[in-house]
Amino acid sequence: MIVKFVRWKKLVSAAVAVTAMATLSGCHKKASGVNPASLGPTTDTTAAAPTATISADPLSIDLGQSVVLNWRTSNATSVSIDGIGQVPVNGTQTVSPSNSTNFHLVAKNDGGSTEANVRVTVRVAAAPSAPTGETAGDMGSDAAFHAAVPDAFFDYDSYELRPDAQQAVSTASAYLAAHPAIRVVIGGYSDERGSAEYNLALGENRANAARQSLVTAGIAPSRLRVVSYGKEKQFCSESSESCWQQNRRAQFSLDR
Amino acid sequence: MDSFRNRLWTQPAPRLLLLLVALAVTLSAPAQDTFHTETSSGADRIRIAVADFKPASVDPQTPALKQTFDTTLANDLVTAGIFDIVSKSLQPQATPGNPQEINLAQWSAAPSSAAMVAFGSLAAQSGRITVQGFLFDAKNQQYPQVLAKQYAEEASEDSARQIAHRFADEIIFRLGGGIPGIAETKIFYIKFSGTSKEVWAMDYDGANQHAITHLGTVSISPRVAPDNSRVAFSSLGRDGFQIRMYSLLLGRMVNVPIAGGTNLSPAWAPSGREFAYSSSRSGDPEIWIADSNGGSSRRITNFKGPDVSPTFNPKSGAQIAWISGRTGLPQVYIMEADGSGVQRMTDGGYATSPSWSPNGQFLTFAWNRKYGPGAPGGQDIYIMEVASKRWIQLTHDIGRCDFPSWSPDGRHIVFANSASGRPGDTKIMTMLADGTQRQALSGAGADMPNWSWK
Repeated sequence: MIVKFVRWKKLVSAAVAVTAMATLSGCHKKASGVNPASLGPTTDTTAAAPTATISADPLSIDLGQSVVLNWRTSNATSVSIDGIGQVPVNGTQTVSPSNSTNFHLVAKNDGGSTEANVRVTVRVAAAPSAPTGETAGDMGSDAAFHAAVPDAFFDYDSYELRPDAQQAVSTASAYLAAHPAIRVVIGGYSDERGSAEYNLALGENRANAARQSLVTAGIAPSRLRVVSYGKEKQFCSESSESCWQQNRRAQFSLDR
Repeated sequence: MDSFRNRLWTQPAPRLLLLLVALAVTLSAPAQDTFHTETSSGADRIRIAVADFKPASVDPQTPALKQTFDTTLANDLVTAGIFDIVSKSLQPQATPGNPQEINLAQWSAAPSSAAMVAFGSLAAQSGRITVQGFLFDAKNQQYPQVLAKQYAEEASEDSARQIAHRFADEIIFRLGGGIPGIAETKIFYIKFSGTSKEVWAMDYDGANQHAITHLGTVSISPRVAPDNSRVAFSSLGRDGFQIRMYSLLLGRMVNVPIAGGTNLSPAWAPSGREFAYSSSRSGDPEIWIADSNGGSSRRITNFKGPDVSPTFNPKSGAQIAWISGRTGLPQVYIMEADGSGVQRMTDGGYATSPSWSPNGQFLTFAWNRKYGPGAPGGQDIYIMEVASKRWIQLTHDIGRCDFPSWSPDGRHIVFANSASGRPGDTKIMTMLADGTQRQALSGAGADMPNWSWK
């Protein structure tokens, strides 16, 4: 009986792990933005063939650098990428190919399969070259950064990192670890309620909570800068809880 | 309850305490929403008649300047909050221009029944304005003269207004228990213009609104030095909010050392040699004190959570009130200026923006006693007696109020109010320190007022 119970427990924990993985991939989906295909009317979804796109940023790298693959599919039941294997239906992954690679994505469902490709060119440096001075290239684009690193949101009058904010911070720390050239400014924001001065102090505490968490995760403090904007720069100006929630955040941005 | 208004700044504490208790009790009655009661006979106030000044020249400038002067003087004496003003319609017909022309018996008799009469003459001549002002005790037929003043300046609307302010302050100083009037004081504030916020200043009555800074960024929390030499404030730059300083004597920005972290809400010590502010250079917003140039900073508080909005006790300079979120929602605390003796003053809700009264006895601050998602609370202005922690609510149902600041005579409070609750609708209002005689000084788009020290 006891043995059975333990087995049952194992089963449960396995189920939990599966659920957790599903949740994680769900988060990836959220992080990678809204799927345009899901916005339209969803009629007859079973018969439609899946759609799939894959992109890489940057498209060409030097040997030893890494590239972020970003793929989105809809209606797919199974998605695989050559050389990586089965992957979530939407997601991002950082890879460091040693030579130029064609990443071939296949999305399948009962209605058929769709393919998508992206080619990453790996430049093998003939000779060490001086930095080109193109600093934007080192850090990547703001759009790519914001697509990969979500903001951390907070409860009202609180600067504690919620579980979802911790998730955001760990995404940021993974991205920063993978992109050593990137420096980040962490902006602290608050909603429109309450005092302007107090909200600036609170925004400082919020941004610092995110910064501290990144430092604990091993990111060098010198790569992180904190600026509190309080309620002086609002993302959303309606008096509603959803709007206030959008404004109560620590936002990661490239520090150029 | 009118007597409370007068005693707020003159009477010893025990009597005031009783009044505060009485007011608190009165306020707890649901239907009661102002301090006005039927006992407001005005008997405690000096009844003063302000005669229109007599034009003493035929210069075409005279009527306009006289109009400005008369309006300003009358408004100053009404605003002072210590007078019962004789309505113009009850005054005698004659306009006395000098002591020989006044018939005091007419003024002291019903219906004007004045105890004091302010009168005089105004003349514009070849670009100069000359004002002779008198204050007579209408009940003292033998030696009626309390005050006689003469002013001569270049003729302009502004000088007519300033002369009226100075004469009003003389009268208020004589009749108001020796406390200097505030008609020559200024109010510094923040004006929204597009996406930027600049420091502006105006006269205490809302006239003469003008820009001080043109930085093109977000500047907040202007605080003028006790000697009116500088304005300290906080401005958003690449390194976040930093303390900045504008010299009113030099007419330009002066340097303040850049510190790490967010630096906010400077507050001058009454000596003018130091200011307290909030700095997060240590990673957590704490109260610091720097010398008047922003150097030699030392930390005063050390507790996790936001610490912000300090204000010195202007009487002693030895205590600081400030806002701390160390226990959750922001509350008003006080401490000695060395950081010892920390006391929490408010018992809950969301309290912000304290200002310490010039006599050291009271704090005013903005308070939302029922703060929270979906809670019905509004943010209003309160005053609290420091010794007893008893409080009175001064504003009721007029929308969001914040940033109260005492006038140097302790009789007035200026504050920011947004009737709709939207930040863009915020305007600057004044009231007496008992919540009466509330009036707007600015239009929408003005916030964070700070009353000069003199």
